[in-house]
Amino acid sequence: MKTRGASFFLQLAFTLIVCAFLIVPVLLSMLAGLTENYLVGIGSGLTLKWVANVWDNYRDTMFLSLGLAVACLACTLVIGVPAAYVLAKRQNMFTRAVEELLVMPVAVPGLATALALIVTYGALRGFRTSWTFILVGHVLFTLPFMVRSVLAVMSAIDLKTLEEGAASLGAGFRQRFFHIVLPNCRSGIVAGSLMVLTLSVGEFNMTWLLHTPLNKTLPVGLADAYASLRLEIGSAYTLVFFIMIVPLLLAMQAIATPRKPRPVRREDETP
Amino acid sequence: MSQTSDAREKPLSIVLEKCAKTFADGTRALEPVDLAINGGETIVFLGPSGCGKTTTLRIIAGLEQPDAGGRVLFDGEDVTNLAIEKRNVGMVFQSYALFPNMTVAGNIGYGLRIKGWSKADLAKRVTEMLALMRIERLADRAIDQLSGGQRQRVALARALAVRPRALLLDEPLTALDARLREDLRVEIDDLLRSLNITTIYVTHDQAEAMALGDRIVVMQQGRVAQIGTPRDIYQQPANAFVAEFVGTMNKLSGRVEGGIFVTAGGRMPWPEAPAGATRVMFRPEDVSIAVSDGHLNGTIASLFFLGDRVRLFVDVGDAQPIVIEASNRRKLSRGDRIGLSVDPRSFVAIDH
Repeated sequence: MKTRGASFFLQLAFTLIVCAFLIVPVLLSMLAGLTENYLVGIGSGLTLKWVANVWDNYRDTMFLSLGLAVACLACTLVIGVPAAYVLAKRQNMFTRAVEELLVMPVAVPGLATALALIVTYGALRGFRTSWTFILVGHVLFTLPFMVRSVLAVMSAIDLKTLEEGAASLGAGFRQRFFHIVLPNCRSGIVAGSLMVLTLSVGEFNMTWLLHTPLNKTLPVGLADAYASLRLEIGSAYTLVFFIMIVPLLLAMQAIATPRKPRPVRREDETP
Repeated sequence: MSQTSDAREKPLSIVLEKCAKTFADGTRALEPVDLAINGGETIVFLGPSGCGKTTTLRIIAGLEQPDAGGRVLFDGEDVTNLAIEKRNVGMVFQSYALFPNMTVAGNIGYGLRIKGWSKADLAKRVTEMLALMRIERLADRAIDQLSGGQRQRVALARALAVRPRALLLDEPLTALDARLREDLRVEIDDLLRSLNITTIYVTHDQAEAMALGDRIVVMQQGRVAQIGTPRDIYQQPANAFVAEFVGTMNKLSGRVEGGIFVTAGGRMPWPEAPAGATRVMFRPEDVSIAVSDGHLNGTIASLFFLGDRVRLFVDVGDAQPIVIEASNRRKLSRGDRIGLSVDPRSFVAIDH
C-alpha cells in the first residue's frame, strides 16, 4: 500500500476538526434536552420529561410549522413552476428583469420584507392575525429557490425541441406540459421542493415579526423557549425539531433519486 | 379504415405559395418561395447552413408561420394557420427530440396515446413499428441507454407510428458517424420507397441528397437556386453556386476562338461554345489522361491515393488546379507533366 504523507493526515485532521466543530454543538444540544439537570451534567441522569414538556406546550407550533411548509410548497409549486416555464421559454429583457426581481426577498433582510408586509396589510385585522399572513412572507422568501431550481433544469434540457416533437405527434399545450415538460423537470421540481420545505420550516427572521401570540411557528417557539425557560426545554425542543425535519429530508432525497421510465405493457404481455 | 395497415388512398401533395420568413429580429431567413411537392415523392432541401432549408421545412411542419401573404396548401386545402399538432405530419429532428421520461415503446406509442387509441391497438401498432425498424429488443430501454443510430430508428418509428400525411426529416443523419450514416441512408431510402409517403428531407450533405431525393431543391441565401432531379442538378447546374455545391467541379477561364476554348493550359475543342464564354466547367470524371499531349497540359501538384483510384490536383496555369481521378494502375507522382483531354459534351458554361 502506498504510504500516506504528512499532508494527508493534516488534511484528515482538519476535516475532522471542522466536522466536530459543526456536529458537537448539535449533539450537545440534543443531549442537553435529555439531561435531568444540565448544570449538574449528564451525571444527573437521562430523562424524557423535557421532551414531554415541549410536546405539551409547543405541539401547536410544530403543527403550524409543518402546515405552513406544506402550504408554502403548494403555493411555490403552483406559482413557481409555470413562472419558470415562461422564463425558460421567453428570454427577453422583461423576463430577465422578472428573474432578478424574484430574488429580491432573499437579498433584502427578512425583517425589512416583514415590515413592508405589516405596513401594507397590517390594517386588515383578519388577515394580519391569520396564519396565511405568515404564509405570504414564506412564499415571497422561498419562491426564488423553486423558480431557480426548476429554471436550471429547464435550461439544461432542450425543452423547445422536446415540445415540438410532442406537438408534431398531435399533443396540444396541456398534454405537452403535463406529459413532457413536468416529468422532464422532475429533478428540478424535487430539488426546489426540498429547499422550500426546509427554508419554510426553519425561517425565523421574517416570521418573528409576522407572528402573533396565537400563531407561533417552531423556530419562534424555540427562541421563546430559550429566552424564557430552562435550557433543557429549549434543547429538548431542538431535539424534536431534528426528529421532525430529518425524516422529511430523507424522504425527499429518496424521491429525488432518478427513476427509470416505467415500461409500457406490450401486446405479448397482455393476459 | 383498418387501424394497422399502412395503405393510404393517395399521398399528400404540398404547395407553398410565396412563403417568406422574416424573424422577429429582422433577419430575412427566406425570400418568397413557390414550391409544389407531388404526392408520394421524396424531395430534398439541400444547401449550406443558413440557406433557409430548415425554415422552409418548419413552415411546412407548422412550427413557423410564413410572413403575411404566404400560404401552405395540403392537397389544395389552406393549412397556413393550422398548428403543427393539427397537421398530422411526422417529424424527425436533428437532435431526435426523444422523450427521456418514456421508454422506447412509450415514445413510439405517444402519438397514438394522444389520439386516444385503445391499449390493445396501441400495443399492436408499437410492436409493428418496432419490427419495421428492427428494434424489438430495445422496447423497454430508456432513451439514454440508446446509441445514436438506435435513437434515429426510434425517432423514425415514432414519427411513422401515427401514420402521418407527410414525413419531415431535419438533418436526421448529421449527428451520426460516417459509416452508420451510409447504412441508415440506404435503410431510409428502402423504407420511404415501400411506404409511398410524401417525404421532405433537409440536409447539407449532397451525397445524401443525391441518394435519397426524387427531386432536389438546392437553396442559397434564402432563395431556391434550382429544383430538379439529382441528374439534372449534377449535369445541368443552373448557376455556379449549384455547380460547386453539388459534387466537385473544375473551372477554367479563357476565351472562345472559333470552336476552341483557349486557356492558359492549352486549347480545348468546344464546338457548341456559347458566344463570348469566358469560363468553362466540367466534372473530374469527364477528364481522361491522354497518352501523349492532350488538350490541356499541366503538372501534378498533389495526389491522394483513395484505394480504388487516385485523385490528382493538376496545375494547368489557372488560378486553381483542376481535380481529376485516375486508375491507380498508372505510376504517377508529384511533379509529373501530364496531358488531359476533356469530353466537350460535358462542358457547362456559366458566367457570373
